[in-house]
Amino acid sequence: MKLSGLIKKAAVLDYTFMEVCGGHTAAIHRFGIPSLLPENIKLISGPGCPVCVTHTSFIDKAVGYSKIDDVIISTFGDLMRVPGTGSSLEKEKAKGGDIRIVFSGPEAVDIAKENIDKKVIFLGIGFETTAPGIAVTIKEAEKVHVENFYLLSAHKVMPPAMEVIIKEGVNLNGFICPGHVAAITGSDYFNFIPEKYNIGCVITGFEPVDILQSIYMLVNQVNMRLAETEIQYSRAVSRQGNSIAQKNISDVFILCDEYWRGFGEIASSGLKLRKEYEKFDAEEMMPIKVKKQKDNDLCICGDILRGLKTPHECELFATACVPENPVGACMVSVEGACNTFYKFRMNE
Amino acid sequence: MCLSIPAKVVDINGNIADVSVGGAIFKAGLQMVENVEVGDYILLHTGFAIQKISEDEALETFRLLKEIEDAMKK
Repeated sequence: MKLSGLIKKAAVLDYTFMEVCGGHTAAIHRFGIPSLLPENIKLISGPGCPVCVTHTSFIDKAVGYSKIDDVIISTFGDLMRVPGTGSSLEKEKAKGGDIRIVFSGPEAVDIAKENIDKKVIFLGIGFETTAPGIAVTIKEAEKVHVENFYLLSAHKVMPPAMEVIIKEGVNLNGFICPGHVAAITGSDYFNFIPEKYNIGCVITGFEPVDILQSIYMLVNQVNMRLAETEIQYSRAVSRQGNSIAQKNISDVFILCDEYWRGFGEIASSGLKLRKEYEKFDAEEMMPIKVKKQKDNDLCICGDILRGLKTPHECELFATACVPENPVGACMVSVEGACNTFYKFRMNE
Repeated sequence: MCLSIPAKVVDINGNIADVSVGGAIFKAGLQMVENVEVGDYILLHTGFAIQKISEDEALETFRLLKEIEDAMKK
């Protein structure tokens, strides 16, 4: 029997599962996975799209730095169109700001080496999957004495945001957990969720069959009244994860309180450079002040990221807020819930 | 954004490998993986190998991707 048939047969109760990772959100809607599921299985999107949870103040800071004459901003392309309070990196680039898209930290260091009379600031976003690479980048920059390279870090860790969602009382029967975060951290990283909150976790790969299999595993956990951490994505994930990558994170970063779009400040959910690496910290070396301003009142990205609402419940969705002219970050990123709903689920 | 893709190691210079993703060559830092040799498969994420994976696993992912690509062409 095909997986979707197995799921239908097994799904005798009502189930709500959250896919935490933006990569899963994109895959689920691109491949029409909800249409393969019975009505009593509901999938909701979570906070795991790094672009979407990047706080407006981070964009405002990046925009502020980009206006300084001897600064080059290097960034992953995903951040270019995210609206800050008054501008975006894309708009600043159009106005002549030196803002360059890179695919990795080392590329940004290369820009620094080629422009020794400039300060190169790399915008570090991403979760546990991305942070070790940036940690290695910082170590290598130190090794070869690059002195004009800086990190503006909005790196985040996943568990505190998941915990906030659980504590808010979102009715969840299971988490479809991020496969590549777990490739680094190991699946044991998520054990606190079943142990403390009695909610099952399945570490999941990114192909449609991976996601269906995970849903099937979660349905079975609920049916058997179990809550445990299982690995569906065994081709990349172990219980312990990649210890070298973990060590790189802890060598270079310490946990700090961090602002998340839609959540506000979450304790110990961000990664900041350790004192030893302070000379690479853009905010320490070149402090910049931005005015805190309110987000658009009508934008419900925050509620969507916390699993409380769907894009169709937003007044701005597909009217004032479209991918070409996004109001909220969830419409910018190809992994954002609003962007994927706009592309694949407009007819609901 | 945490998406990582399987890639085949085609050349190694110190800590940096040239890796092939369906024929396109990218650089991959090898600082986080051990005992990688030419011909091995790794998971590539933002310029770094974050995990070594078996050839069977990589080929299975490539097969799934090809299947999706073919289905989308129809």
